[in-house]
Amino acid sequence: MNIIVCIKQVPDTNEVRIDPVKGTLIREGVPSIINPDDKNALEEALRIKDKYEDVKVTVLSMGPYQAEDALVEAIAMGADEGILLSDRAFAGSDTWATSTALAAGIRYIGDYDLIFCGRQAIDGDTAQVGPQIAEHLGIPQITYVKELELLDGKVRAKRVLEDGYYVIEAEMPVLITAIKELNEPRYPSIKGIYEGYKGDRIKILSAKDVEADEDNIGLDGSPTQVNKSFTPPTKGGNLEMLEGDPKEQARELIVRLKEEKII
Amino acid sequence: MDFKLSKEQEMIRTVMREFAENEVKPIAAEIDESGRFPRETVEKMARYHMMGIPFPVEYGGAGGDDIAYAIAVEELSKVCATTGVILSAHTSLACWPIYEYGTEEQKQKYLIPLAKGEKLGAFGLTEPNAGTDAAGQQTVAVLDGDNYILNGTKLFITNGGEADIYIIFAMTDKSKGSRGISAFIVEKDYPGFSIGKIEDKMGIRGSSTAELIFRDCVVPKENLLGKEGEGFKIAMKTLDGGRIGIAAQALGIAEGALEESIKYIKERQQFGRPLSKFQGLQWMVADMATAIEAAKLLVYRAAYNKSNGLPYNKEAAMAKLYAANVAMDVTTKAVQLHGGYGYTKDYPVERMMRDAKITEIYEGTSQVQQMVIAANLLR
Repeated sequence: MNIIVCIKQVPDTNEVRIDPVKGTLIREGVPSIINPDDKNALEEALRIKDKYEDVKVTVLSMGPYQAEDALVEAIAMGADEGILLSDRAFAGSDTWATSTALAAGIRYIGDYDLIFCGRQAIDGDTAQVGPQIAEHLGIPQITYVKELELLDGKVRAKRVLEDGYYVIEAEMPVLITAIKELNEPRYPSIKGIYEGYKGDRIKILSAKDVEADEDNIGLDGSPTQVNKSFTPPTKGGNLEMLEGDPKEQARELIVRLKEEKII
Repeated sequence: MDFKLSKEQEMIRTVMREFAENEVKPIAAEIDESGRFPRETVEKMARYHMMGIPFPVEYGGAGGDDIAYAIAVEELSKVCATTGVILSAHTSLACWPIYEYGTEEQKQKYLIPLAKGEKLGAFGLTEPNAGTDAAGQQTVAVLDGDNYILNGTKLFITNGGEADIYIIFAMTDKSKGSRGISAFIVEKDYPGFSIGKIEDKMGIRGSSTAELIFRDCVVPKENLLGKEGEGFKIAMKTLDGGRIGIAAQALGIAEGALEESIKYIKERQQFGRPLSKFQGLQWMVADMATAIEAAKLLVYRAAYNKSNGLPYNKEAAMAKLYAANVAMDVTTKAVQLHGGYGYTKDYPVERMMRDAKITEIYEGTSQVQQMVIAANLLR
């Protein structure tokens, strides 16, 4: 069985600050990580690999050269191979152009039974790329998956809704988008880190290599353009931290609420 | 000169930090309190190839180097010095001598399961009457047909009672003094080998420190490590490397204490402002950080020398001497910065201060390190 996992290298938003003037992310000095939902996607693929024989997991990403670190990390977690789509022609891609490029990468890899994506990336929060890839490839998709079961030639998944879940079955090949409830990702192994950086399991490919449709990639191939980004102004108000142990804090809180005639 | 870590080493630091934060830190206070050996952590470390970092893949290792290994011990020790020393004693004191002095058969039989973390290792040199004077070994080994028969007692053995494989030193020829000492690979189940007293310690309380008792213990002849009479040399060379691990542990303890202190003094308000706004305390933090940085360079340099085939006897001794000193000093200041709270178990710095003390004592006291350094300078 061949599994492809799409991952994105993102800035660790826990450590990201916003430039108050430009309204853009300050990326300098911010560590890059594999997008958290994508790690759940990868973990699920690796669990299938642990459980069944003859499973090959290929990790696919689009990004600048340093995104290779994300592929190394994926290999250190247990993936077999990594492919990085890296080309100036991809720069400035929106979700449409990104999914076009990734779908081209998937066609280049060829044989696949399952494609895993994370639900959404923490630096964009669109949740569009996974579903778009499935549409480009003309295969079924199950999004927001919290539980997955392999049956003969098909999958059964629990797809999460706000107040419950669907149980959905689909024929393979199928694209799954993972949420964090799906599993607990493993750590990369120390040995795997050395293996990953040897580089012989990672391929870096250009737009031409994967025959990506050049009218639909990069900035020019992106139907959405960002005109302006800004941080909404915070509403005023006084914040005060109460001191002491929880009991004292609770007592103080009640006194204050009474003073303010809230209770 | 290049002070940059390799990409591999950087990623290993990130992974070790994440592992330490998520898997080790949550139980650090509990294992300190109860003195429970964290077996589950050892199993997790094995799963991620953390138990044999500097050894080649064909011998079950991760194929890494000594800097990566030092980083692993450092990151674990930031949150839990117990876990740091379990890894250090296992890697430096048990795996390494087999890797360096073992026959191919011994490596196949013992190093591979040790480096994979399927088995845990320990090192038994110290005796009730042979501490710093390690040459005064009273444990004896007598060749009897195909076996050596060991008699004697070892004391303060890290991972003792928890380990499966022990590197044990014993006299094979008393008349030759330190040149009459030999090293043996001893399995925990060998007849005549038992575990005595488990020490109730001031710090690193989750780590097992045990007495090992050998009463006519039967050790197959092929488990002699190196040649007869090479034991003292093997022990001293092994401890040279072990000191890098302990220096990394001390470094980690100090870093952990500094991190806790910075967090605390930014939060704690007195006189209407955070403690971090008081210049006297700022100066303390600046000194702590500077000492830590100096210790770090000594530790990494010693590890670099070891990985690159350069001399490291003096460098490892300096790293351990200095890093242990810094660990004690920084953790003491960390408690001071926490004030009354720092003296309680509600904050981890009192544990770190108790843990720091051992780094000035084991694998050669600070005075032994000074002897080693001076011997290098004055020969």
